[in-house]
Amino acid sequence: MGLAKGFGVTWRQMFRPRVTTPYPDEKRPKPERFHGRHVLNRYEDGMEKCIGCELCAGVCPAQCIYVRGADNPPDAPVSPGERYGFVYEINYLRCIHCDLCVEACPTEAITETKLFEFSFSNREDAIYTKAELLVGDDGRAKRQPWELWMGGEDDLTSGWMRATAPSGDIDFAGRIAWSNELGFGERPAEVGQSEDEADLESDVASSESSESIEAAAPGGVEHDA
Amino acid sequence: MSAVLAADPLLGGDIDLTVVLIVIAKTVVIFALLLVLVMFYIWFLRKVIADMQNRVGPDNAGPWGILQTLADGIKFFFKEQSIPDTADRWVFRLAPYLSVLPAFLAFSIIPIGGKVSIAGHQTYLQLADPPIGVLFLLMMSGIGLYGVMLAGWASGSKYPLLGSVRASAQLLSYEAAFGLSVVAVLLHSGTLSTRGIANAQAWTSWHSFVTDWYWSVAIVSFVIFVIAAVAETNHPPFDLVEAEQELVGGFHTEYTGIRFAIFFLAEFMNVITMSAIAVTLFLGGPSGPALGFLPKTGVVNVWLMPIFWFFLKLMALLFGTVWLRASLPRLRYDQLMDLGWKWLIEISFLAVMVTGVVVVARDQGWERWIAVPAAFGGAIVILGLLRMCMPRRDEPVSEVV
Repeated sequence: MGLAKGFGVTWRQMFRPRVTTPYPDEKRPKPERFHGRHVLNRYEDGMEKCIGCELCAGVCPAQCIYVRGADNPPDAPVSPGERYGFVYEINYLRCIHCDLCVEACPTEAITETKLFEFSFSNREDAIYTKAELLVGDDGRAKRQPWELWMGGEDDLTSGWMRATAPSGDIDFAGRIAWSNELGFGERPAEVGQSEDEADLESDVASSESSESIEAAAPGGVEHDA
Repeated sequence: MSAVLAADPLLGGDIDLTVVLIVIAKTVVIFALLLVLVMFYIWFLRKVIADMQNRVGPDNAGPWGILQTLADGIKFFFKEQSIPDTADRWVFRLAPYLSVLPAFLAFSIIPIGGKVSIAGHQTYLQLADPPIGVLFLLMMSGIGLYGVMLAGWASGSKYPLLGSVRASAQLLSYEAAFGLSVVAVLLHSGTLSTRGIANAQAWTSWHSFVTDWYWSVAIVSFVIFVIAAVAETNHPPFDLVEAEQELVGGFHTEYTGIRFAIFFLAEFMNVITMSAIAVTLFLGGPSGPALGFLPKTGVVNVWLMPIFWFFLKLMALLFGTVWLRASLPRLRYDQLMDLGWKWLIEISFLAVMVTGVVVVARDQGWERWIAVPAAFGGAIVILGLLRMCMPRRDEPVSEVV
């Protein structure tokens, strides 16, 4: 009887486990390559990584980055090279967190944290200046009053970098090809990538299942006929 | 006057200051109890529905979110209230109170405990036990409609009016079945007083329960009563009055702030009151097995156990209403009318007749195990004949010239 069946469904659901995370008190762990708000990294000796090349500004599809480079003062250099980022601003009213700036950066100066809970009450706050973006002396992001930092959102600021083997070649996966960071030292490579056998097996399984779906699809039958 | 009041031993003798104070205290306690019950019920409803939908539900205000309703109430108090230009302002303001008052008043005749003694006076744990108890109840459920009807009419807006027209039609349709299912109870217990009814159904033994045969027809009456009561309180699946998908909010579309909250207070209070009435009329009210190892006159047996049994039964019914809300989709309007007029009214009529057979068989000393099943068989035959006379769904109804 349909009525009893409906009541049975709701009754059974009462004893099923909940999947809800009590969000503001507790956050679900984010993926390693999550795109959040940016930081400007520094080397372990405290020098800034940014060389003011403006590649990030050039690649930005939302045109939200504004960079001006300047020559390093010889007596007190800001970065190891010849030039450094004199002005560095990101407008978070425009940023789409595509991470193209991170890919473009030749010195891994700009990376992204996992913070996305930052809301502003005025437009000035939305434009992060270099003072706000640059990591502090402990290597961690400087926290603005309107940002909700919880847990390890600033632990892994260069996840995307560490996950990508140089030139995307699988032979280089797991090899460390990135510079050290202030406060964290040499970051280990991301584990669980495609050289693992388990991953390879699951890849094969998924490709098989996708093939069977294609075979079962009515479109395929029509094509054969 | 004394005959009217004599049902309660408190008011049987001289009425002095102590008696007045006891009555006032009972009034305040019932009022507060009902408000707390509503608060608890709304929290309970939200939690259980959340459970049934694999959610968590309110969990921030107080332990397990139990103060959520209080927080909502405080919020409603401080919200801006607006009255539409086209509204009938006086009636618009009056309507919420018209809908909440009967819910309070109906609860006053519910027996929630046994006979206790306060300050040397014997009294029942119930605010009033008028000899017209059940009629008063039907009266209050009828008046409760006025709040909804006038709210829709006074809003000066189309959707609320549609909602209130639906409410009137729905209540009229189900009041008949509701009343008839109550009549069956009255026939059996022979009294209109709520305490008299509860006492008439108090538990004695398995043998007397089974051989009385009243249980057989009482189950039918109870089911009809529950369906009709759910429809009268505009509770899902009969909430066509406030069908959001069709009528925005129904009769309370134009209401804001605390007036809106009062409508919801009334709605949930009606659910609680109706459940309490069902407990009184069908489930024996505060009676239940006593704890044998306690002395007959102890505080636990006289005060607490009847209250415990009453609230246990009430909780079971309230859980049922929540379960209904979570499980069933809303009825279509023709289904609502179909169920009310073509099924419930007939079945409750036949249930009244079968109850009559039960009572007559009891009084005349007939063999009830023959008479009652025979009456049931006759009732089923009559129901079948009635159904055969009804027009089919696809058959055009010929007009009477």
